[in-house]
Amino acid sequence: MDQEKVENFTHPNYVAVWIWLLVLTVLEVCALYLPCAKVVKISALVFLAITKALLVAMYFMHLKFERLVLIAVIVYPVVLSLVLTLLTRLSLKI
Amino acid sequence: MSHAATASDVKGLSHPLGVNNAKLCMWLFLCSEVMFFAGLIGSYIVLRLGSLTWPTPGEILNIPLTGVNTFILICSSVTMVKAFAWAHMGNQTKIKRHLFLTFLFGVIFLSIQAIEYYKLYHHHGLHPSGNLYGTCFYILTGFHGCHVLGGVIAVFVLWIRSLLGHFTKGRHAPVELVGLYWHFVDLVWIILFTIVYLI
Repeated sequence: MDQEKVENFTHPNYVAVWIWLLVLTVLEVCALYLPCAKVVKISALVFLAITKALLVAMYFMHLKFERLVLIAVIVYPVVLSLVLTLLTRLSLKI
Repeated sequence: MSHAATASDVKGLSHPLGVNNAKLCMWLFLCSEVMFFAGLIGSYIVLRLGSLTWPTPGEILNIPLTGVNTFILICSSVTMVKAFAWAHMGNQTKIKRHLFLTFLFGVIFLSIQAIEYYKLYHHHGLHPSGNLYGTCFYILTGFHGCHVLGGVIAVFVLWIRSLLGHFTKGRHAPVELVGLYWHFVDLVWIILFTIVYLI
């Protein structure tokens, strides 16, 4: 954030984010015991984990309030890592 | 006498990403940490998908206990960000209280992890060199635990500094920087908890 933005920064409701994270964690543990197809279970768990990670990054690490160019710098290694993992998996299949 | 323009005089060039240099350095460090954990998690996924047998969730690992540990780490993230918010507002008493709580939650997290390791090693016979599952489990959670330990030490130093009155409304950058690191460690655990324990 710019210096003037930092000084006038209004903090989000961290307790609300905390409650959301707790609810999502409980849902994750409950999802594990649901009698449904494995692929559905794994998709739900991955979705919940990504949602929790995004909440932490956006509100606790304040990425939601940063410039787009900084977000791009940070997201780049994440995307690169996913691509490299996928390529490694594909190369092992061949 | 004319004033020669420097790069920092040009609007937007001094902090092109909108953050100061210390914070930018922390973000770049965290980017390198993303690559570090991505290497470990990526290897785990590749090894697991290529493995014929793998224990089902809850077969060896204690999921309710780790669920509680995840809850504790999330709580520590909230106390850390609240410490930063109070530092931003210049409330000395609440900075000290929230930094201490963060430190305490971090220590509890590590203690529960140590108990989990002890039980897995002695009661379930899960050794780091025993099989592929054991190796992956200890490497992933162990490296994360080392990061938590580093964070706990950093938060402890911050707490001592807050007792000495080092952080004021206009001077609290270390709280924000350590906070970024601490939240990153929490974020990594959120991913690890799902991948290692639940899937």
